[in-house]
Amino acid sequence: MNLFFPALKAEFTKLLTTKIWWILAIILFLYVAGVSGGLGALFGFLSRSAETDASQAPPTDVLAPMLYGSVSTFGYVFPVLLGALAITSEYRHQMLTPTFLATPKRGVVLAAKSVALLVFGALYGVIGVIASVGAGAGALALFGLDAQLGDSDTWALMGRAVLALALWAVIGVGLGALIPNQVAAIVVTLAFTQFVEPTLRAIVSFAEWAAAVGKFLPGAASDALLGAPSFFTMGMTGETLEWWQGGLLLAALALVLSVLGYFVSWKRDVT
Amino acid sequence: MPTGVPIEFAGLTKRFGPVAAVSDLSFTVEPGRVTGFLGPNGAGKTTSLRMLLGLVAPTSGSATIGGTRYRDLASPLTTVGAALEAASFHPGRSARDHLRVYAQAGRIDPQRVDIALGIVGLSEYANRRVGGYSLGMRQRLGLAGALLGDPGVLVLDEPINGLDPEGIKWIRGFLRTLAAEGRTVLVSSHLLSEVQQSVDEVVIIARGTLVHRGPLSSLEIEGAATKVIVDSPNREALAAALTAASASFEIARAGILVSGLEPAEIGHIAFVAGVEVSSLHRQKSGLEDSFLALVGEGGSL
Repeated sequence: MNLFFPALKAEFTKLLTTKIWWILAIILFLYVAGVSGGLGALFGFLSRSAETDASQAPPTDVLAPMLYGSVSTFGYVFPVLLGALAITSEYRHQMLTPTFLATPKRGVVLAAKSVALLVFGALYGVIGVIASVGAGAGALALFGLDAQLGDSDTWALMGRAVLALALWAVIGVGLGALIPNQVAAIVVTLAFTQFVEPTLRAIVSFAEWAAAVGKFLPGAASDALLGAPSFFTMGMTGETLEWWQGGLLLAALALVLSVLGYFVSWKRDVT
Repeated sequence: MPTGVPIEFAGLTKRFGPVAAVSDLSFTVEPGRVTGFLGPNGAGKTTSLRMLLGLVAPTSGSATIGGTRYRDLASPLTTVGAALEAASFHPGRSARDHLRVYAQAGRIDPQRVDIALGIVGLSEYANRRVGGYSLGMRQRLGLAGALLGDPGVLVLDEPINGLDPEGIKWIRGFLRTLAAEGRTVLVSSHLLSEVQQSVDEVVIIARGTLVHRGPLSSLEIEGAATKVIVDSPNREALAAALTAASASFEIARAGILVSGLEPAEIGHIAFVAGVEVSSLHRQKSGLEDSFLALVGEGGSL
């Protein structure tokens, strides 16, 4: 333990002394605010428009949590990237040498990094929630719809969104340890989060058998943790996990990736 | 003032598959002296140092600092300072921030950051991003990292690479100062001439095995017989005179290389033959010659 807290402090300094954390935070904010505000305005317009068949828009009572949940559905890639970059830059810039010289117990370094990223992921969660709730509630208010800000469920959703993004950052650390090549780690992260998972989740909504499997997809687990109706089911009650199951699934994913990464690359010779 | 403790390599061996990078390496590095760890590129110097520092796991044997393995040291950075390569920095971070990170991880007084930067002469560049540093500045920053914890043991891998002449002069004096303070100083190099002015002891390895260890002067004794370089505006006449005196010599670019004779004897031969001499001196590379003989010239990569 006498190595852990100094190592943790050093990991925070590492994150804060390069630009990437606030660059990703700004993009996260703009992206989530854009999605939540934009879709809020679109659905708000559809549900108010007399000529439109109301069934095209989701029921108004799930609209608010659905928009607020966009922080998970669309924003989770950012803490993953931050976590993956935090670890792959150690390999890329040969910083493992000074890092392991200062803290020779490698497991301690990996644990410190995971905890530092958990905190930064939570910070991203706060930023993302401000974006999704701020823009989403603003858009709903514009069309006179209920933003449900007085609802305790909404506040629980926000808290769990912070937890979700915190866990995603740790998943990024595990992913980076497993795939130390920075470019490969970024490509895998983007391909999975932006293409593979959305495609799978879209397919899932067409087939019964797939739905049973699809709820275990990490993005679906993240939405389940929030307890928000997902854009992928358009507010319809698809099969989802309980919120705590979703949280456990993400935590398990982070743990498994980190342990695998530890054995695959972290404890290897640094040459 | 921190005092040094001995570094001990005992039967250290590292195999990469079928290739033995280091085999059965055993020697001790004493405090209060500068020890040169020499060998051609690829001889296994860096691998040995990385095993000493717990970065590479030995196949067998051990390397300890004052009897303790690096990873078991209670306070690694204040015990051992190491500078291993000139590129271990995040280019987007400033020199001060870089050192601050490792000072925090090693529980070192944050004031040491500016002290270390001052020692290596980087104070005025402390807030500049490392990405814009020259190779020489990176070397200095690496050295600042080694000095961060004011350690009693210093392990420096090719610290002279990339330094300008002024920097080389400075580091030679600096290594001597560190050893005079009672610290253990181990410096690797692939060129004896780079470190021969600052080392007391030499440990020479080739192809992963120890080939020589002892004080620097031990190389002179084991060295090849020294040669004398002599030259004349009329080289043919000089060569003829030497042939007449049945001296053994060869014609080189810088003059005629005579072996087995003292400069005074050669001067006499030329004088008697009436040949003008434009240069006459002992060849200086005696140490380098014996170094090359030890490591085997073919072993150089």
